[in-house]
Amino acid sequence: MANDRIEKQIELNAPVSRVWRALTDYREFGEWFRVKLDGPFAPGQVSRGQVTYPGYEHLKWEAVVQKMEPEQLFSFTWHPYAVEPKIDYSQETPTLVEFRLKKTTSGTLLLLTESGFDKIPSDRRLEAFRMNDGGWTEQMKNIENHVAQAS
Amino acid sequence: MSHKRRSSLAAKRQPRAPLFAALGDETRLSLVAKLCGGQPYSISQLTEGSKLTRQAITKHLQVLERVGIVHSAHTGRESRFEFVPEPIEEIKKYLDLVSEQWDQALTRLKSFVEG
Repeated sequence: MANDRIEKQIELNAPVSRVWRALTDYREFGEWFRVKLDGPFAPGQVSRGQVTYPGYEHLKWEAVVQKMEPEQLFSFTWHPYAVEPKIDYSQETPTLVEFRLKKTTSGTLLLLTESGFDKIPSDRRLEAFRMNDGGWTEQMKNIENHVAQAS
Repeated sequence: MSHKRRSSLAAKRQPRAPLFAALGDETRLSLVAKLCGGQPYSISQLTEGSKLTRQAITKHLQVLERVGIVHSAHTGRESRFEFVPEPIEEIKKYLDLVSEQWDQALTRLKSFVEG
């Protein structure tokens, strides 16, 4: 996995229009995402709500809707899993969540990307770091072995 | 997701921003690249072949030391610096946890639209 993004894809056995509605209708989104939203999503607007995930009902949900290109792209920025009520996450650079939909023979291919976990100006720098795997991989194995033996 | 997992996610997300920032510099990245072989280096060894002065290298090492990925030990008059891998492993664990949350959310979405 890259250090600055998460990418997922899932095949959904439902038409694109159905998936689009589940993503962008705020009540439907809230059903599966487990959040009670105050109102409909609109590009450029802040979306607020209350988490309904059992045990986390005290948490507020907040995101800024970026793009809504019907049946193609829905995106928002947020602070991922801001689960500590005492921490002010607003000073952190938010991550970008993008849902892309593609029609398939059996339904819909949904591609999810969450990016921006690093604050490094250029991805290339982190890439360079990751690519330097020789000693690093070895070192990680040593640590793993060490931890395994110690426990 | 379990309660325990979610709490550990909260704990994991704290230290990563300063660490990313510390790594966001070519010189520091190259120092880490050198050190991550596992062998300790003195400042003189780290300055060799670099255009930077000892003082500049020392400053960069201090930044890395503050975020905990470099550790220094004094041997005689000289400090030797070594790599501490755990904080970087923490970033990976954090992303693994966020990734798992998405897996669960997408599974719920799947049952929701297919149901």
